[in-house]
Amino acid sequence: MSAPNKSYDPVEVEALKPEAIERMRSDALAAVAAAGDLEALTHVKTAHTGGGSPLALANREIGALPPQAKAEAGKRVGQARGAVNQALAARQAELEAERDARVLVEEAVDVTLPYDRRTAGARHPLTTLSERIEDIFTAMGYEVAEGPEVEAEWFNFDALNFPPDHPARETQDTFFVEGAGGSGESGVVLRTHTSPVQIRALLERELPVYVIAPGRVYRSDELDATHTPVFAQVELLAVDEGLTMADLKGTLDHMVVSLFGEGMTTRLRPNHFPFTEPSAEMDMLCYVCRGASVGNPDRPCRTCSSEGWIELGGCGVVNPRVLTACGVDPEKYSGFAFGFGIERMLMFRHNVEDMRDIVEGDVRFTLPFGMEI
Amino acid sequence: MRVPLSWLREYVDLPAGVTGRDVQAKLISAGLEVETVEQLGAGLKGPLVVGRVLTIEELEGFKKPIRFCTVDVADANRTGEPQEIVCGARNFAVGDLVVVILPGGVLPGDFQIAARKTYGHTSHGMICSARELGMGDDHDGIIVLPPGSEPGTDAIELLELVDEVLDIAVTPDRGYCLSLRGVAREAAIAYGVPLRDPALLDVPAHNGDGYPVRIAAPDGCDRFTARTVTGLDPEAASPIWLQRRLQKVGMRPISLTVDVTNYVMFELGQPLHAYDRTRIDGPIGVRRAQPGEKLTTLDGAERVLDAEDLVITDDSGPIGLAGVMGGAHTEIADGGSTDVVIEAAHFAPIPIARTSRRHKLGSEASRRFERGTDPLTTSAAAQRTVDLLVGLAGGTAEPGVTEIVSPAGPRTIAMPADHPDRVAGTEYGRETVVRRLQEIGCDVLGSDELTVTVPSWRPDLAYPNDLAEEVIRLEGYENLPSTLPQPPAGRGLTESQLLRRRVGRALAGAGYVEAPSYPFVGAEVFDQLGLDADDERRRTVRLANPLDGTEPALRTTLIPGLLGTLRRNSGRGAHDLALFETGLVFLPAAERVAPPRLPVDRRPTDEEIAALQAALPDQPRRVGAVLAGARELPGWWGAGHTASWADAIEAARTVAREAGVELTVRAGRYAPFHPGRCAVLLAGEQVVGHAGELHPRVTKAFGVPGRTSAMEIDLDLVEQAGGERASGPRVSTFPVATQDVALIVDADVPAAEVEGALRAGAGELLESVRLFDIFTGPQIGEGRKSLAYALRFRAPDRTLTAEEASAARDAAVASAATRTKATLRGA
Repeated sequence: MSAPNKSYDPVEVEALKPEAIERMRSDALAAVAAAGDLEALTHVKTAHTGGGSPLALANREIGALPPQAKAEAGKRVGQARGAVNQALAARQAELEAERDARVLVEEAVDVTLPYDRRTAGARHPLTTLSERIEDIFTAMGYEVAEGPEVEAEWFNFDALNFPPDHPARETQDTFFVEGAGGSGESGVVLRTHTSPVQIRALLERELPVYVIAPGRVYRSDELDATHTPVFAQVELLAVDEGLTMADLKGTLDHMVVSLFGEGMTTRLRPNHFPFTEPSAEMDMLCYVCRGASVGNPDRPCRTCSSEGWIELGGCGVVNPRVLTACGVDPEKYSGFAFGFGIERMLMFRHNVEDMRDIVEGDVRFTLPFGMEI
Repeated sequence: MRVPLSWLREYVDLPAGVTGRDVQAKLISAGLEVETVEQLGAGLKGPLVVGRVLTIEELEGFKKPIRFCTVDVADANRTGEPQEIVCGARNFAVGDLVVVILPGGVLPGDFQIAARKTYGHTSHGMICSARELGMGDDHDGIIVLPPGSEPGTDAIELLELVDEVLDIAVTPDRGYCLSLRGVAREAAIAYGVPLRDPALLDVPAHNGDGYPVRIAAPDGCDRFTARTVTGLDPEAASPIWLQRRLQKVGMRPISLTVDVTNYVMFELGQPLHAYDRTRIDGPIGVRRAQPGEKLTTLDGAERVLDAEDLVITDDSGPIGLAGVMGGAHTEIADGGSTDVVIEAAHFAPIPIARTSRRHKLGSEASRRFERGTDPLTTSAAAQRTVDLLVGLAGGTAEPGVTEIVSPAGPRTIAMPADHPDRVAGTEYGRETVVRRLQEIGCDVLGSDELTVTVPSWRPDLAYPNDLAEEVIRLEGYENLPSTLPQPPAGRGLTESQLLRRRVGRALAGAGYVEAPSYPFVGAEVFDQLGLDADDERRRTVRLANPLDGTEPALRTTLIPGLLGTLRRNSGRGAHDLALFETGLVFLPAAERVAPPRLPVDRRPTDEEIAALQAALPDQPRRVGAVLAGARELPGWWGAGHTASWADAIEAARTVAREAGVELTVRAGRYAPFHPGRCAVLLAGEQVVGHAGELHPRVTKAFGVPGRTSAMEIDLDLVEQAGGERASGPRVSTFPVATQDVALIVDADVPAAEVEGALRAGAGELLESVRLFDIFTGPQIGEGRKSLAYALRFRAPDRTLTAEEASAARDAAVASAATRTKATLRGA
């Protein structure tokens, strides 16, 4: 029957009768509807749309019809096949949705389970706080200068206008490096401040010099709640034409605003340092009470002991003798400098009460500070 | 420097009602660091009166001796009857004048006094000790007053018990403020009122009749005044007001003569010394000591003198360390001396500072001389001392006056009148500048260019900026404007600084906690590390004055510090630990040279700077890490992973990768590591560090968990090895050809060598090699292992044929066979 008929014989194409096609169609739709799962549906699909299915066979018979009947029969068979395919697709989607709903529910997990498989790490807050301060100044154009921790006395003292035998040298609680034969006269010390970096910067760099010098420094204090023999300092030095003490004040103000927020300011009080003249002690407004606790016993402030100000460090106009020792003409250039301890800053910026927690390396202390501060 | 407000008022008319806190604020603003204001007698309430002891009855039968006394307090008790008081002290006798607080009174510390039953009697009040009255720490019984006061007199006023004392931390440049005179000057300027200068006294000129003085060291002593007072009453005691003032400044009253010299020192800032004239043998001299000469100072210590020490002498030899402390032999006798010679001299600061430091002997005198005293005050101070001794101890001032003076002109500073303006960044104007300088005692001449003669008590004023500071502080630092300078564009952080930050973040990201440690170590640390006797790391930079005598050296490796921190953490209950530190180690130069003493009046030459640098140890920056316990915890997800040598090596790789360096790892033997689990880390052919598991003896010696692993790597070397900027690879979009090979090698062949051989043989088509399995067992053979590698090949310009990929694989295997005697498993 596969060969085209030589002559039209309506009796021989029973399969293309409208009733037959309608039957095939309804049988198929009923089977699709009856398929209970995706597997059954696959069988239905093969049985009713596959190569051997009644509709496929009927389709093949169309060629045997006389030309005038072909169009009619083709249309009828095509519609039936379309309807079946449509029903199959719809049932497929329906059954997949059913399966998904069931299986994914079965796959549910407890997403609140802890996952502390790999413990976290952290950087030390002294490091990150120092970096934060560096960033404030590098954004302004300053560069970060560094120097050795074991330092020649000339850099640590002489060039900074600490004359030999001057009482100011003794205020530094210096660790001296042992000289020949065990003497303390080696001319080498553990730097007592990062100020020798100022000298190195002035000797090594082209003027003008705008640097910030963070680093470890040493003083022979016993470790207690507020002291440590090894601590971190940040120092700033600016040497240019026409720099003034007002510029120092403005720079300090900018720093405390950057670190503590708008409205913060600093206060200078006269003091003495050999390497600056004039010299000042710098205080910052208490960032907690902003001075409101002063003379106000109802609102005491623990951070500043109700003083309204927090002592930050020392500063001043670079002593022209320091410039001279570095070969900078003090008639032409002037500068300012300041320095303060990072531990202290950390203590009051982050409510740390005991210095020992900062230096002991207990991971419980360091972890909460994470990567940035 | 302690400054009683009552004493300060003697020289400055402070406005009525001004409190210690007000003065504190004013002086702080003027640059004096007033640390505290002590409120003496706070809470004290009378009746507190002078009493005369009438009778004493010793009470028996108690654990300690107790006295039942009657004391005449005149009408202070409103009856005039003797007051009955029980007292536990024993240092008084009938007839003594004592201080009595009566019922209703309150002692400092809210100690309410009432009549009370004790030791079988009713005590109507209390006889007071100095400590109970807040006069000092002296607790040797109750106060016995010198004669002269009437019973019933108010003792609060008599003893000036209510006062305020400013405690000032005087900076080294302001030696003149170690005196009432100096602080009064600052207070007078701060309040804009005149100063009554206590040093303005009429003083007699030098005559030939004074005590003979010879100065052989004029560079150390340019002024010496000697005066003599005779016929002093050795029984005379210091009057109450004098004792009280000394107590308030923190001095203990000793004897009238000593008290008077101390008093004048605090008043005028001029240290004085009084010699018992009967004990001086011949003229007083000032000279350098002869090396080895001996002197017993007032504190009883025998001191061997140095040729630099400045000494006071008589014919017998040294009788005092000039400006520091007198000798015991010429000391004022305990019972008081009748004839005394008073020394008021000006000593140069540096010799005094050196002597004081050399003999570890600081005194009120040396503190003042070190900072520079007023050379023009010696005669006034001597005169003031003479006056007080004559007035208080009935002595006679001898007319002879010795005044030895090395001529010195006044010191002047030339300064443009607008210099303070330019330093401050604001405009004061010439008039203000001149006025402020005059206030501090300068003479000022000139208009645009000022010639400023500085006062004799201000040796710290030497340069124009010193004068600028005076003007700016008196005008108020708080009035400075706030301006922001504009630095030129900067270049940001250096590569090295950026690298350090990246390393910190990478290690913290990998689970390590940063833990900087102190760099101090003791020699035993190197034994604990198991270092050989000649190991380089035992050569340390040592401190002359370590904080802890057991840790006198600076670290040459970061590992001991990290292990200390690990131990502390694990002692506090942490078990799974990964720590790191970035910091310097200190490696002494092979040959130690002393740095040259360079001048400061010019820039040192490059050679001089190099010589300084050469005297410093090498200070490379290292990164170290230690791990113990679990690197990954077990849990509901499955097994954990114990921290091991592999993690330590990976930490080192992490560090190196941040510098763009892929480390080469070789097996090595290096303390403190396990000899079979130690990696030598190389950048190219340069050894940059070590990593691995610590030797079991090391973990035991440090008290850290067994199998603790560690690494230490030189960041400077790694940085030098890196620096190649990454260049963007051409990414081929052609398919990859994967070939797995299993190679059998001897068990002791390092995997790194096999991988290296595969890479070398595979040629350009190789994209990656990955070791994915290691297998040992009888199938492989004793002493052998099988290493399974996944090789990925890809060409940039075409799809590889199976033949090409196989040929590349075969070449890789052949290379491994040649270099490591590897055989292909299953071949």
